[in-house]
Order: sequence, then C-alpha cells, then structure tokens
Amino acid sequence: MTETQQDIERHQYDVVVIGAGGAGLRAAIEARSQGKRTAIICKSLFGKAHTVMAEGGMAAAMGNVNSHDNWQVHFRDTMRGGKFMNNWRMAELHAQESPARAWELESWGALFDRTPDGKISQRNFGGHEYPRLAHVGDRTGLEMIRTLQQEVVALQQADARDLGDYEAMIKVFPECTITQLLLDGPEDDRRIAGAFGYWRESGSFVLFEAPAVVISTGGIGKSFKVTSNSWEGTGDGLGLALRAGATLLNMEFVQFHPTGMVWPLSVKGILVTESVRGDGGVLKNSEGRRFMFDYIPDVFKAQYATTEEEGDRWYTDPENNRRPPELLPRDEVARAINSEVKAGRGSPHGGVFLDVASRLSAEVIRKKLPSMYHQFMELAGVDITKEAMEVGPTCHYVMGGIEVDPDNGATPAVPGLFSAGEAAGGMHGSNRLGGNSLSDLVVFGRRAGLGAAHYVTELDAEGSRPRVAEADIARAQQADLVPLETDAGENPYELHQDLQQTMNDLVGIIRNADELRRALERIAELKQRAKRISVTGGRRYNPGWHVALDLKNMLLVSESIARAALERQESRGGHTRDDFPKMDPKWRRVNLICSLAADGGISIRRQPLPQIPDRLLALFDRVELTKYLTAEELSHLPEENQQ
Amino acid sequence: MTYDATFRVWRGDDEEGEFADYTVPVNEGEVVLDIIHRIQATQQPDLAVRWNCKAGKCGSCSAEVNGKPRLLCMTRMSTFLDTETITVTPLRTFPIIKDLVTDVSFNYEKARKVPSFTPPPGLEPGDYRMQQIDVERSQEFRKCIECFLCQNTCHVLRDHEENKPKFSGPRFLMRIAELDMHPLDTLDRKKAAQDEHGLGYCNITKCCTEVCPEHIKITDNALIPLKERVIDEKYDPLLALGRVFRKDKAKKG
Ligand SMILES: Cc1cc2nc3c(=O)[nH]c(=O)nc-3n(C[C@H](O)[C@H](O)[C@H](O)COP(=O)(O)OP(=O)(O)OC[C@H]3O[C@@H](n4cnc5c(N)ncnc54)[C@H](O)[C@@H]3O)c2cc1C
Ligand code: SF4
Ligand code: SF4
Ligand code: FES
Repeated sequence: MTETQQDIERHQYDVVVIGAGGAGLRAAIEARSQGKRTAIICKSLFGKAHTVMAEGGMAAAMGNVNSHDNWQVHFRDTMRGGKFMNNWRMAELHAQESPARAWELESWGALFDRTPDGKISQRNFGGHEYPRLAHVGDRTGLEMIRTLQQEVVALQQADARDLGDYEAMIKVFPECTITQLLLDGPEDDRRIAGAFGYWRESGSFVLFEAPAVVISTGGIGKSFKVTSNSWEGTGDGLGLALRAGATLLNMEFVQFHPTGMVWPLSVKGILVTESVRGDGGVLKNSEGRRFMFDYIPDVFKAQYATTEEEGDRWYTDPENNRRPPELLPRDEVARAINSEVKAGRGSPHGGVFLDVASRLSAEVIRKKLPSMYHQFMELAGVDITKEAMEVGPTCHYVMGGIEVDPDNGATPAVPGLFSAGEAAGGMHGSNRLGGNSLSDLVVFGRRAGLGAAHYVTELDAEGSRPRVAEADIARAQQADLVPLETDAGENPYELHQDLQQTMNDLVGIIRNADELRRALERIAELKQRAKRISVTGGRRYNPGWHVALDLKNMLLVSESIARAALERQESRGGHTRDDFPKMDPKWRRVNLICSLAADGGISIRRQPLPQIPDRLLALFDRVELTKYLTAEELSHLPEENQQ
Repeated sequence: MTYDATFRVWRGDDEEGEFADYTVPVNEGEVVLDIIHRIQATQQPDLAVRWNCKAGKCGSCSAEVNGKPRLLCMTRMSTFLDTETITVTPLRTFPIIKDLVTDVSFNYEKARKVPSFTPPPGLEPGDYRMQQIDVERSQEFRKCIECFLCQNTCHVLRDHEENKPKFSGPRFLMRIAELDMHPLDTLDRKKAAQDEHGLGYCNITKCCTEVCPEHIKITDNALIPLKERVIDEKYDPLLALGRVFRKDKAKKG
C-alpha cells in the first residue's frame, strides 16, 4: 500500500511552521507578514493546541497595576526563578518585548480583564515581584489561541480579497504529523530542504519542500505518567531536531507543577492553576499547618513573609509586607509538598490540601476561578467554595529544549532550522516562572518567524534553494510504515505506559545516580522493544500507529533527560539530586548539550553558559549574586555591585 | 469499586459501518473517554477518537453518548447505572471520517466568512481603553472552546443538510454578536448576520444553549440580542443611526 514516490502529495512553501500553539501561530503570522508563503502544520485541529490549556496568564511588565514594574524588574525575577541558568539575552528580550506582544494581541481582538481605568488588568503569580500577568479569568491560553487563530483568518481574508484565494499566502494543515525533517548538502554542511509526514485522517503521506522550518511543537509531558500536558506533548520537535543533527540544551530541567489534581485517578495530573494561590489560596498539611513557612530557602529569605499575618496582609498591602511563601517559585513548592507527603502529613489520596474555601467568599471564587470551580465540580465532585482541594506535583513543562540563537531562533548546527516556544531551550534557565511561557511564545514565536523569513530572503538572493532527495523520501516513508508491516510484536500502548512509569519512578522530582542509571537501562530495553512494535488496522485514522511513531520521539527525549540528569551533579530548579542536594556555582557555568550519536543513542557534552554582561549584573546587589556566582566571577563584578 | 460496563461504539465511516460491543472494566471516578481509551489499549487499537486535553478545555472530544451531544472527557461514568449499555456515536450533523471522528471543516469555512475584528483606524496598540463591564458580554462568548456541540445540535443544521450553505449556526452567529458587542469594533455586522449567515433561520429553541459545555447562554445573550439589533436597524433607521453615533462616542472616550 506504499504510494509510489510520484503519487506523494507535495507542497512548496517558503516557511513551514510545525506546531499551531502560541509560538507556531505567532511565527507563521510573522513569516506571512514578511511576504513569505507559509504553511502551519499541526497534529490536532486548528485552535486545539496545548496552549488552550494555559490558565493563569501572560507575564508582561506593563505596569498597569503597579507602576513600579518595568522590564528590569521582570528580567530580575526571571533570572532568580531560573537560578541564573537562563540565557541572559533571551531573558532580556523577553522582559523588554512582552508588553508590546500583549498589546498586539489586544489589537487583534483579545479581550483581557480590565483595570478600573480601562487598561489590561494584571495579577500576582509565584516569583513575580509585582502583579504582572495579563489574564482572562483562568482561561488565558484559550484567549491567546483564539486571538492568534482569528488573526491567521484575518490575514487569509486579506489574501482572499487581494489575491483571490484564502490560502494563497498562509495555509493550515490540521491533523497532519511531521515524522522527519529532510536535508540537502554534503555531510558536513547540510541545510533544511523540507519536512515529511502523514495525514492523520487518511494515513497518506505528504511532503513539504521548504528552505526554512520552524519547530514549535511544545512540550514533553507525555513521557511521564502524571502530567498536566495534553496528548500532543510527545516531544516530537525535539526528536525531529535531534535526528536532523540539531542539539538540545539542559534537558535535565523539567518543571513539576506543585498543584495537580490527585484524585480521582483518572484525572490525576490535571492542573490546578497557580492563580488559586495568587488570589489567596493556601497550602495545608493533614495537621492543618501552613507548611510552606517551614520551607523558605536562604536565597529567598529576604523576599518572603515569615508569619501568616504578614503573608495575609500582603494581598491588600504589598508595598509594606512580603509575599506569602505559597508563592515561592514552583520548584520550591513542589519539593515542599513532596517532603510533607513523604513525612506522612499528606491528604488521603497522597497530596496536600489547597484551601481557598476558608479564604474567599463563594461568589468571589466562582468569579475569579470559574474553570477551577467547574473542573473540581464536574471531575471530582468537589465544591471548592466549601471544601479544600487535594493537590500534588505533576509534570508540567520542560525548561530544556532545542538550542537556539536568542535573537532569531536559529539552531546553530542546522541552517534553515528554527525553533520557538516550549520546544526551544534557554529562556527559563533551570525553572520557569508561571506566566512566562505565554509571553515567551509570542516574543520568540515572532522572532523565529522573522528569522526564518530573513534566512529565506538571503538564500534566495544567493540563488538556489536546497532540494529534497528522492531517496530520503523513500527512506522516511519506509521508516513510518514499519509498525504496520510488523506482525505480532509489541503493543504500542503498553510500551508507552512502561516508559511513563519508568520516567515517573526513576527520573521524577527527586533523582539520584542509581535510579538514573536504572532508568537509562530500562530506556535502552524499551528502545529495543520499540523496534518490534506492531500495529493492527489500516492507515486511516489509526491511533495505534500514531502512538507507535510518537514513541520514537518520546524515547529520544526521555533518554536525553535521564542522561543530562545523571551528568549534572548538583540540585538547581527543576533538577533535584538527593545525592547532590546543594546548588553549586561551578555547575551554573555549564550548559549540557545533547546530540544524537551514530549508534542512535544520546551523547552529552559540556559547553560554557554565556556570560551575563555587566550592565545586567548591575541590576542585582552583590549579596544576592554571591548566592549564584563563583568566587572568580564575583571578583570581576562591575563597580555598581562592589559595595 | 471496579465493575464491567457494556459499551456499544460506532465503527466505520459514512458509507458503511456497524456497532461493536465491548465489555470493559471501569474504575471509580472515570469518564467515558477513559473507557474509550481502555478499549483502544486492550481490545481495539485502531479505534478512532479525537481528544487533546482531557480536561474540558480544547473541545476536541465531542461525540454523542446515548444520543446526547457531550464532551467525552467531561462525561463521568458515575452518571450511568452499572448495568446500562452505553452507546457512543459520532456527531450526527457532520460527515464521519472514521469511528468517532467527524469532518468538522464546515465550521472552519464558516469562521472565515465572518469579517475579523476591526478597530478604529489610528488606534495604536497599548492605547486601548475599555471598561470591564463593557467587555464582559463579549468575554462570555469568547469562553467558547469550539467543540461544535451547538452546531451539531441545532435542528436547522442537524435535520437539514440543505441549510448548511445558508446558515452558519449558533457558534458563528455568536461570533458575530461577540464582535458586534466589542466596545472597539467599528463594522456594522447586522446586515451580514441576516443575509449571509442566516440569523433568520434561528427560531430560538435554545437547544444550542442546553448542550454548551461552557454554559454560555448562546440564545439569550447572543442570538436574541443580535436579532433585536437587526430588527432595530431594519425598521428604525433613526435608532440605528443613534447606535452608530453612541458607539463612536464610546471610542473617543
Ligand atoms: C494546564 C496548563 C496550564 C498552563 N498555564 C500557563 C499559564 O497560565 N501561563 C503560561 O505562561 N504558561 C502556562 N502553561 C504552559 C504553556 O501553556 C505551554 O508551555 C505553551 O502553551 C506551549 O506552547 P507552544 O506554542 O510551545 O506549543 P503547544 O501549544 O504545545 O503546541 C504544539 C503544537 O505542535 C503541534 N505538533 C507537535 N508535534 C507535531 C508534529 N510531529 N507534527 C505536526 N505538528 C506537531 C501540535 O499539534 C500543536 O499544534 C500551562 C501549561 C499547562 C499544561
Ligand atoms: S436557538 Fe437558534 S441556533 Fe440555537 S438551536 Fe435553536 S434554532 Fe438553532
Ligand atoms: S458555543 Fe458552546 S457548544 Fe458551541 S462550540 Fe462554543 S463551547 Fe461548544
Ligand atoms: S479532550 Fe479536550 S475537551 Fe475533551
């Protein structure tokens, strides 16, 4: 049933964007606005990408609620949250540009909640010094996706008017999965030539010939058993990038969100938004104690309240009080919950209590947290205006990702390949602050779209575009068909469950060398089993086949995480080793880079973290910097920091 | 807590197909989508179903459970008797691609026909000022997760294939209402609502509102007010003029 090569559906584009979440859509809008013919490819229907699930908001230092806020403060918070492992340039661009991106969304029709003077309202969130998150109730991601989706439609309407065809310049290919990037050129100088995949609906293959590809495929949560991610979070883009010769950065940093649902089992992992805490909800153990006061780490002692009274006053008088420790960065809260449960002070179903019922009136809860109210009512039969929720950590976000140029999203190793959004690494360092992803998507989505467009312009000025080799198409096709042609082999669903269990048990929140080695052994076995996967049924909308193909990427991603986690011998942000429990300034200077070795395994090398320039270091005081920087770095500090 | 449930699931496409029966274990707290996934993982690996978030946020998993349009991920098993046979079928109003997956492209075509948000010329991003009370009406409609359950249910589409070219359905009439009520939108959308999107076909039965998983009051808050505005404009040109005038003033303020 293999179609002959001539039969394969082919499309030519200037820029192909893989992924229709916030990052992909913003990249595509930019590429099209630069005059490039652009394709948007996504595994789901248009408007369903994982970004719809984002709840709390989008961080942007507009200063609408507290006029002291500005990009420097936002930059500082982001670096602190990431424990100074962030790519400083990305953190800087992000802090500077996110207000403009929020306002742009508004001009495309987004309706954020308002302040009394009619501006975009902003809410408090963990790790942000001032109220900073633009939001719409607790469905901000939906607002972002719908706005970008409608802006794509607006561009299509303009093209229909001017060019007579809605799809002349920008076209969406929904329910289409890319399985292979195609390259052109000699072994040591290969560039992007296209992307190969299949239509989920028919199972038939499709080829996109394009000199520039933007990977914005989102996260990796589906490699873990307990996760807040949708089924799309299989890390496809990271697998595609590795197999094309690109590199991944700091994959050990995986964020476990402190508050996922823990019961019923069927919904375990589904997110309970941080806004519950930002709006006044508190964490309690089985003894009724607000245990977060026992877990304020030294680096944050100066910024957080030490008594419940002070913490409570902060909600109404943030100028004169410090914030409650429930709003510490996510890694701190997740570890604290983990410790309470281990110490036997957990809730009946193995979490802790998140109480908003005793803190806000029922009316305010329903108004401020409508989807949380419904989620608990409909899925758990719990009325959060009356009872506390039970919550526990869930795999939420990957800080690591494809290594990119901070300014234009280009991957250093593969010309023509760009990346943005959760698939790209660097921006968030070792831990992401809530709200910093939605802003990241549009800031760097735009930049990657621009980068791809410029690359194509330059390439065209030089003359010829890369060409897809027919032999590569045949190879890609054969590889995808293997599971359908294998008989009586492994069940893809079982293999997926085994991988999720392994990652949860051995590469979870708290790690150690023994368990990581065992994880790597198991992943190696799973890789062998994966070669024998067989799938029944035909190619039409066959989820078994889809899982089989996604598994390749999940295995590469899982191996990258486990290897990097074994390599980094310290604890920092979303990477905690109980055999190396301290943060070590020497390790801060090391980026871990994963690439695909000839034998199909992941190899790791160390690379220096780019130096933060003095003008940005000057935003911190020396006392704080001593917690993060080595003695050598401190001795070179600029004047401003030498007190 | 575990029991065995009997499921009847549509297998096939528009041309041919049949119901298949499955006996599947059910655990406490599960939803219909969990059971469909269990059938996939243990009995029928190629059973097609669309889903993404499993949290009622993306609107992918729309289907009909015992004939009722529902999100599979938000339909708890505890709402059925242990002995009941649970029948799961694809949305009836749209062509079946395979099993529980339907071709919903009709909706994306209709979406394209609604002119986009059109702010006043010269209003720079960052300078938008709107009061919460003025954005709330449109915000209610923007809760829509595009599950298309309302489109599936509305009898104008469900029972009359021939209406599809003329009638955009509750989802997209509501989109027009949303833009019409946006404090800074400048287009007059009423004529198009009537002439191009078939507002007149709606006889306010409210069936769309009943199935909306986001509990949006589609009929009362979007369709009826839109109808009233259309009527104002048709029969009372003076009033229509006044409205445009008021809208302009609001923009300057
Ligand atoms: C429940 C939840 C709540 C969150 N809340 C917030 C919040 O309040 N604030 C915040 O800032 N962040 C939040 N986040 C994080 C944020 O939502 C994500 O990091 C972000 O949406 C990722 O967006 P993206 O554009 O990178 O990719 P995604 O939105 O994940 O989209 C990925 C796209 O790639 C496509 N794709 C993947 N693989 C392929 C392939 N092989 N071929 C073709 N297409 C492919 C998918 O179909 C999809 O369209 C939240 C996350 C979750 C899970
Ligand atoms: S109220 Fe109108 S749109 Fe809604 S179901 Fe009835 S006829 Fe259809
Ligand atoms: S209005 Fe409600 S029922 Fe209709 S598509 Fe939107 S969410 Fe679904
Ligand atoms: S899977 Fe997203 S709404 Fe059901």
